[in-house]
Amino acid sequence: MKRATRYSILVHGGAAIVSLVILAPFAWMVVASISPQRMLITTPLRWIPDHLYLDRYTEIFRGSAGGTGAAFRAALVNSTVVASGTVAVAMLVGILGAYAFARLRFRFRRSVLALFLLTYMLPQISLLIPLYLILNVLGLLDTRVGLILVDCSLVIPFVLWILSNYFLTIPVELEEAARIDGTSRLGALFRVILPAARPGIFAAIMFAFLLAWDEFMYALIFTSSTAAKTVPVVISEFAGRYTTDFGLVAAGGILAALPPIVVAIAFQRYVVSGMAAGGVKG
Amino acid sequence: MTVASAKPSRTFTPAGSGRPRKRRDTQQRLAFWLLLPAGVAVFGVIVYPILRTLLISFFEVNSALATVTPFVGLQNYAHVLSSSGFWGAMGRTVYFTLVSTALELVLGLVVAGLLNAKLKARWVFRAIVVIPWAIPTIVNAAMWKGILNAQYGALNALLTQLGVIDQYQAWLGDPTTALNMVILADAWKTTPVVAFFLLAGLNSIPEELYDAAKIDRAGWPRIFRSIVLPMLVPSISIVLVLRTIEAFKVFDIIYAMTRGGPVNGTQTVAYYAYMTAFSDQNFGLGSALAFIIVLVILALTAFYLRLLRRSEMSLL
Amino acid sequence: MKIAFSRARSARVATGLAAAAALTLTGCSVTGASTSTSSTAQDDATGTINVLLMKQAGYSETDVATMIEQFQADNPDIKVNPTFVSYEALHDKIVTSAPAGTYDVVHLDVIWPAEFASKGIISDVTDRFPSEWKNDMLGGALTSAEYQGKYYGVPWGPSTKLFFYNKDMIAQVGATADDLKTWDGVLAVAKKIKDAGIVQYPLAWSWSQAEALVCDYAQILGAFGGTFTDDSGKLAVNSPAGVEALTWMKKTIDDGLTDPGSLTFLEDDTDKSMAAGKTAMEINWESTFRDLNDPSISQIVGQGAVAVTPAGPSGANPGVNGSMALAISSTSKHQAAAWKFIEYVTSEAVQEQFVTSNMTNWKASYAKPEVTKNNPEVFAAAGKEYDSMILRPPVANYNSVSQALQLELQNALLGKKTPQQAMDDAVKAANSQG
Repeated sequence: MKRATRYSILVHGGAAIVSLVILAPFAWMVVASISPQRMLITTPLRWIPDHLYLDRYTEIFRGSAGGTGAAFRAALVNSTVVASGTVAVAMLVGILGAYAFARLRFRFRRSVLALFLLTYMLPQISLLIPLYLILNVLGLLDTRVGLILVDCSLVIPFVLWILSNYFLTIPVELEEAARIDGTSRLGALFRVILPAARPGIFAAIMFAFLLAWDEFMYALIFTSSTAAKTVPVVISEFAGRYTTDFGLVAAGGILAALPPIVVAIAFQRYVVSGMAAGGVKG
Repeated sequence: MTVASAKPSRTFTPAGSGRPRKRRDTQQRLAFWLLLPAGVAVFGVIVYPILRTLLISFFEVNSALATVTPFVGLQNYAHVLSSSGFWGAMGRTVYFTLVSTALELVLGLVVAGLLNAKLKARWVFRAIVVIPWAIPTIVNAAMWKGILNAQYGALNALLTQLGVIDQYQAWLGDPTTALNMVILADAWKTTPVVAFFLLAGLNSIPEELYDAAKIDRAGWPRIFRSIVLPMLVPSISIVLVLRTIEAFKVFDIIYAMTRGGPVNGTQTVAYYAYMTAFSDQNFGLGSALAFIIVLVILALTAFYLRLLRRSEMSLL
Repeated sequence: MKIAFSRARSARVATGLAAAAALTLTGCSVTGASTSTSSTAQDDATGTINVLLMKQAGYSETDVATMIEQFQADNPDIKVNPTFVSYEALHDKIVTSAPAGTYDVVHLDVIWPAEFASKGIISDVTDRFPSEWKNDMLGGALTSAEYQGKYYGVPWGPSTKLFFYNKDMIAQVGATADDLKTWDGVLAVAKKIKDAGIVQYPLAWSWSQAEALVCDYAQILGAFGGTFTDDSGKLAVNSPAGVEALTWMKKTIDDGLTDPGSLTFLEDDTDKSMAAGKTAMEINWESTFRDLNDPSISQIVGQGAVAVTPAGPSGANPGVNGSMALAISSTSKHQAAAWKFIEYVTSEAVQEQFVTSNMTNWKASYAKPEVTKNNPEVFAAAGKEYDSMILRPPVANYNSVSQALQLELQNALLGKKTPQQAMDDAVKAANSQG
């Protein structure tokens, strides 16, 4: 009994410390976003502002067209579209490809996987100009489709790697059982493996979404208007040339982080729902 | 690549005997069609840029619109490998990679353990842990830049008010400290990722093993060493490979937090490639740099996997 | 079908190699840029032009939208599409889009014409410059896009660092604005302020290892009568004037007049330091005045004053040229239309229309009360300052030169090297790159 309470205290204490370390910077961002600049630059710093300064949020939510608010709102839409599109494409091709790597034997299997991983090893910066030329020729500059295209090239190798490894952890017996009953390989893939690999699938979706949402350099160079600028690009434009209102960057940052946070919180439950759901035990 | 060896190798037992060659053919064909979409989506987009960049790396290209571009063979590569700027950047990148990956792995393990533990309102804790992961890199960088501000940053305020330091420090003003601060910002954002990866691995450890260990009166350190760690090796290897590649390529957070300064103190090798190509418009050198980076990452990754493969086999 | 699989792969590789070989063999340049600039294409002033501009400072997006509307009304054959990016992204975007020729008009910082002109990214517009401009435009602004005697753009938004001071603090020690006309005078007043205990460090600068440091150094260098480059165009800051300027800067730290934190400050930090009442005097860009009087930022509203930068022993007081300019992209197919647009938006009338966002290039504006009434103090100071500005080294590899300079300037200011040694090393590093 004592051991259990000691364990409980330890674990809860640890969780509390970790939570503090995680939430403190974020909490500071929240406070900064509602403090007037005047307060942010005084020393010694007063942690609670003397009055709530909500102008920044009003501007972002109700700002007229052409202002920072409208640009930010448009960027939220763009980011959502680009991230969702990338996830959809990446998961579709990723699941098929991962099955091939995990279950099939074919020549060059290792080399092909290596090749995919190799593309992931190249710094994106070096491909900037040729990619720009390609998008230009295809007329995809400053479009969301163009961003989905380049983001997929970043995300797919990653998804392949994750899913292949997850598929490998699923016992072959499950699939064999189904195939003995007459299901085709693809049928087995969809009816047996995918449900069993649900945690892995959701993990891959979460990764793909966050990666696409996070992508900065390509979005910066390949977009030029609110038609396609994504959230990270717009946030980077909040900084003035010579002066910066940290509170504004904080406000934008919080709002920019909310959609991915919501997605992540929703999905993490599935990721760790345990292998029990996958039917491994018994 | 060691996809097969990431887990105890499951030998594929053909359900029916005989005609292995025909089975191999069908598998080959199926594999081709299954991989074609991924291949097109990835290589269709980047094979031209990769080839073009490779081509440029063999020429002297001094401008985005250069018309006179003499062929110089491997001279760009030689130039890069003999420039002190490159080795400086490489040293910093290795330091960044090693420290941040180690930090994230250790902290990630601790957090994964906590995530796995029986907590009241476990979902609240898990929701909190996910937050840094979800915050976009640009936002993360801007946040830490503000917190670490030398004149009015929150960290300075906190530490002085707690009496830890008596004067405001320029956290991003000294080259070594700045690099460590970037590592801090990166670790804050990425440890949750690692933790969740390891959590999934932890979850796959069957309860029976723990029960058996408890029956044997094994203490936690022993359980950790003999059960948890070996079963986590696949997850750890995934994390290690991915984080190493990411850390070596790190760019966005440097761009948003320090722009490679001060004194190039945070100029990692990818940022150095960016400066060479875009600020100096020396695309020949920049392209050569990019491929050298790939080779280095490849070597590192191969080294990791060989190490892990060997250790895994010895445990089994 | 394993044959098909591996064949497909090898086919891909083979085509790639063939393409590479073909490119090499034809001797075509790898960047795809052609040697013959097809200037014959579309040189009547019509067409759709894409304009790449900076946001965050200067003319706002609504300002530009109005300008475009007015311009298109006068020029029905030309259509203008604006794009706005942050300053940090501007250089990269210009370089990346150059081969594709996306933009016809690009917004430049004063430190880029040397690089872009020598690398063929922007067009020479000397022939298009009307001769009256040389007299009507402020002298300092005119050189903003000049390189090796030719003009590569038109100034649009002159900018320099002005001298800001806290009126109340100055008055408390019995000094007046006249005492601040020379740097010696400034130091004397600063000492009085420090001795009176009003603030611990009366002076603050942006001496962080960034471009800001070079800008500050430029103004002191100018005050001592020096220039960055010698006649052959090479960096020559190890001249007596160059070293004197640096020694002067270091001395202000040693004497306790300059906030030592300045070595980590950017313009934002000096601005905020003064707004928080911790600094008595500084040099900073024009926009600082607005911040000092903004109650949501400043605690010294109404106490800030702006003046021309103090003069040094040589009597000169040039401001650092931090202007922006508009240039025509060399790959543009509508160079004539692009020029018409540039001519329009940089004209006196249009610049005066939007003078609340940005200062004008034209001498005449500064004498018109209806123009200056928006910001009389800044106008008064800027009008004089823009006439003589000092350029940072106009060299093609400005970025690396600036980096070397920043490094050595900091080395001297931190006391790691003597000013002479630091400047010698800077010159050596800059000139070894060629």
